[in-house]
Amino acid sequence: MDEKTVSIEVDGKPVEARAGQMLIDVTDRIGIYVPRFCYHGKLSVAANCRMCLVDVERAPKPLPACATPVTDGMKVSTRSARAISAQKATMEFLLINHPLDCPICDQGGECELQDLALGFGRGVSRYTEKKRVVADKNLGPLVSTDMTRCIHCTRCVRFGQEITGIQELGAVGRSEHMEIGTYIEQSVDHELSGNIIDLCPVGALNNKPYRFSARAWEMAVRPMISPHDCAGSNLYGHVLRGTLKRVVPRENEAINETWIADRDRYSCHGIYTEDRLNVPMIKRDREWLEVTWQEALASAAEAIAGAVADEGDGLGILASPGSTLAELYLLQRMAAGLGTAHLDHRLRRTDFRDQQADPVWPWLGSSIAGLEQLEGILLVGSNLRTEVPILAHRVRKAALAGADVGFVNPCDYEYLFDSAFVEAPFADFTRSLAGVLAAAAEDLDKPAPEHVAEAVSGAVVEAEHRAAARVLLGKERTLVLLGHIAQRHPRFADIRVLAAALAELVGGQLGYLPESANSVGAALAGCLPHRGIGGTAAQAAGYDVHGMLSSPRRGYILFGIEPDRDMAESELAEAALMSADAVVGFTAYVNDALLECADVLLPIGTFAETAGTYVNAEGAWQSFDAAADPVGDARPGWRVLRVLGNALGLADFDYRSAADVRDALRRELGEAPPPDNSYRGSLSIAALEPVDVDPAVLDVPIYAVDAVVRRSEPLQETVLGRARDESEEPLAASAS
Amino acid sequence: MSARAFTPELSAQVCAEIDRWVGKFPAGRQRSAVLAALHAVQHENGGYLTPELMNAVADYLEMPPIQVYEIATFYSMFETKPVGRHSISVCTNISCMLRGADDIVAHIENRLGIRTGESTPDGRFYLKQEEECLAACCGAPMMMVDHRYYENLTPAAVDEVLDGLD
Ligand code: SF4
Ligand code: FES
Ligand code: FES
Repeated sequence: MDEKTVSIEVDGKPVEARAGQMLIDVTDRIGIYVPRFCYHGKLSVAANCRMCLVDVERAPKPLPACATPVTDGMKVSTRSARAISAQKATMEFLLINHPLDCPICDQGGECELQDLALGFGRGVSRYTEKKRVVADKNLGPLVSTDMTRCIHCTRCVRFGQEITGIQELGAVGRSEHMEIGTYIEQSVDHELSGNIIDLCPVGALNNKPYRFSARAWEMAVRPMISPHDCAGSNLYGHVLRGTLKRVVPRENEAINETWIADRDRYSCHGIYTEDRLNVPMIKRDREWLEVTWQEALASAAEAIAGAVADEGDGLGILASPGSTLAELYLLQRMAAGLGTAHLDHRLRRTDFRDQQADPVWPWLGSSIAGLEQLEGILLVGSNLRTEVPILAHRVRKAALAGADVGFVNPCDYEYLFDSAFVEAPFADFTRSLAGVLAAAAEDLDKPAPEHVAEAVSGAVVEAEHRAAARVLLGKERTLVLLGHIAQRHPRFADIRVLAAALAELVGGQLGYLPESANSVGAALAGCLPHRGIGGTAAQAAGYDVHGMLSSPRRGYILFGIEPDRDMAESELAEAALMSADAVVGFTAYVNDALLECADVLLPIGTFAETAGTYVNAEGAWQSFDAAADPVGDARPGWRVLRVLGNALGLADFDYRSAADVRDALRRELGEAPPPDNSYRGSLSIAALEPVDVDPAVLDVPIYAVDAVVRRSEPLQETVLGRARDESEEPLAASAS
Repeated sequence: MSARAFTPELSAQVCAEIDRWVGKFPAGRQRSAVLAALHAVQHENGGYLTPELMNAVADYLEMPPIQVYEIATFYSMFETKPVGRHSISVCTNISCMLRGADDIVAHIENRLGIRTGESTPDGRFYLKQEEECLAACCGAPMMMVDHRYYENLTPAAVDEVLDGLD
């Protein structure tokens, strides 16, 4: 591509531009608006709507700005009589078949066609012939259709071809009879499909569960951060009288670009369910009573005080990694104040043998945008499209741009680009990974590091291992990324030693895919048994999750957890919790397991109802305010912790806001510890014995990751949601 | 590709024909043979395509099924619904129209008892809606029956052609 700059003139203004750039990119940059429908910055140029026609000097007729490359000396007028009349004519043609049903159209008030018709349309139609009518398509539970409104811009078609890599929609038929659809009835199933709703410039594709429930202009717009994975996608919540009605992307080129995962868009339908905990409850003689906050907090304080009577050792604290930074920090301070070190957030991890070698904050090993610049990415134990859909999209972009990508995985999950694959069965994962390491060592003619030498010499090297090693070999910028399956594996310590040795051998980075939206924050806040704030070593290490459950405590605090769904060892958890004297649950929902085991239930807000901060996979701190009003008597979790801290007589528990708490943590952290994933452990591994593994614990379905998502009916009804477990009853019926 | 219908195997002859066309395009551009592939499949299937057959072509040429549907529905020479055995297209474009094509169409419609775009209930005839000039204007009015051209038509000439079909 020619990197020369050229000088052009737009509406009389001189502008410098890159030669070959499309005119519309230049006018957008300098803030001159050219109307458009089919053009979209993230999609290829189709130039089929003709709305962007502008007047170019010496051109015999108006040219489409989206498909006209700039050349030196070009003089463009976007508002000349010729340009305006071309745009008006285009609009008149577009409106021939478009219904005049804005009052009953969900897109009304936020419709590109409606807006432009106001600017370029005629007041009165000259068209008296019949308009065409197009049958609606059933695209599944997420996207509704009103295909008569379609203006054939093909943005949705190009989205499938170019962004997801699986073309689900197409233009069927010809001319007057052309229709956008799937031809045979077929739902749109890709995990980013919901984005076609935002792309569609008219009301042809709409948000199905949200449809007809609010008008765009009635709602307040609140910035939010996705709580469902470690990308920290930026969102806008649209809130009607305190209720979160829908979620759309907030553009952030460094993180989610202009996209969000369906999980982020539709999880809001899991917020207002019938099983929300609306009031505090305590259990008396096996009966649950609804009580005031005061009574509940007094009971909670009493229960906790009882458990810590022997200098704290009797209390275990388990927190969801999707909690906010303020909540995790307050839990850490509470644990310290009560004298317990049994504190953990790594609920789905089972192998803690080598936890001393964990980085202070295990991070991605690359910026999110930087993934696209890598030359080789080897994913170890990751069903990435379900774990972090937005990062899967970045990896796909890297692959399309020429990077080599490989997977060491128990199954050949479908990735929509060419990749290498090593089958690493759940039970025998380490052996396959050792094979890749051996192949890399062989190719480089270097010995494998001593602490893994024995394992490597016992590995079988086959063509697939060599192919996976080649993903990393002979390249400058490479990443070995440990996914969720690897980190949840009962041999995680061994897997990590091998992956780290591989990264070191090839001169690449080692990366971790954090488990949840705030796993990084939890590590920084010291929500760990063996470390304090900022990774300082604990004086005496407490029990990790497994330890806390296998050596049952007298009392537990469960923060934002459904013990039967959020933990790897749910059976062990159930036994330990049932045998405890006191269990205090902070939760947004009532669930049977909690009702069984807990003694006090304190209603806290979901991610939409609390202010807070999440630290994402690349270490970005992203703060947000509460978007919606809390449901019932629920209160933001940090506030409940603060009051409980006071009730427990803990010092310095007076904060006025979540930001206050965050700032206190920031002060305590001082100079934030730098990102550093290098492995400094001393585990040496020899045997590559198979282990017993429950695949369901390692590979958590995309719409089962947390309590809110599990309650979103539209998500559960999708093909991906139904695949979760056919036999299981739906978790909750939506209340509204 | 979850809801994908049953995908049948293509016959050996059809595969050979597709391979012949694939060979004419650069490696990796096998999908360029899709038009030829659909023709071959349609011909073998008695004049029309089914979603299952289109899926089979998509699989064979390694392309998304929707792209095959797009092509099959775009070109008027592909039928995507079952049609009669003998396909009759009467040109009604300008030259033929001026030379009485409308009467020819009316005659066939009356004789077969169907409207343009329909097939006879016995599955013998399909009176196709022809969109374009069939490029035999010098012999207008004309029709195409099973890929053969008949020119300078009169109702009697039409009857003779149709009587000769099984
Ligand atoms: S459905 Fe919407 S996005 Fe798709 S082609 Fe029609 S107008 Fe464009
Ligand atoms: S925006 Fe340029 S032709 Fe559609
Ligand atoms: S108009 Fe009928 S063949 Fe040309």
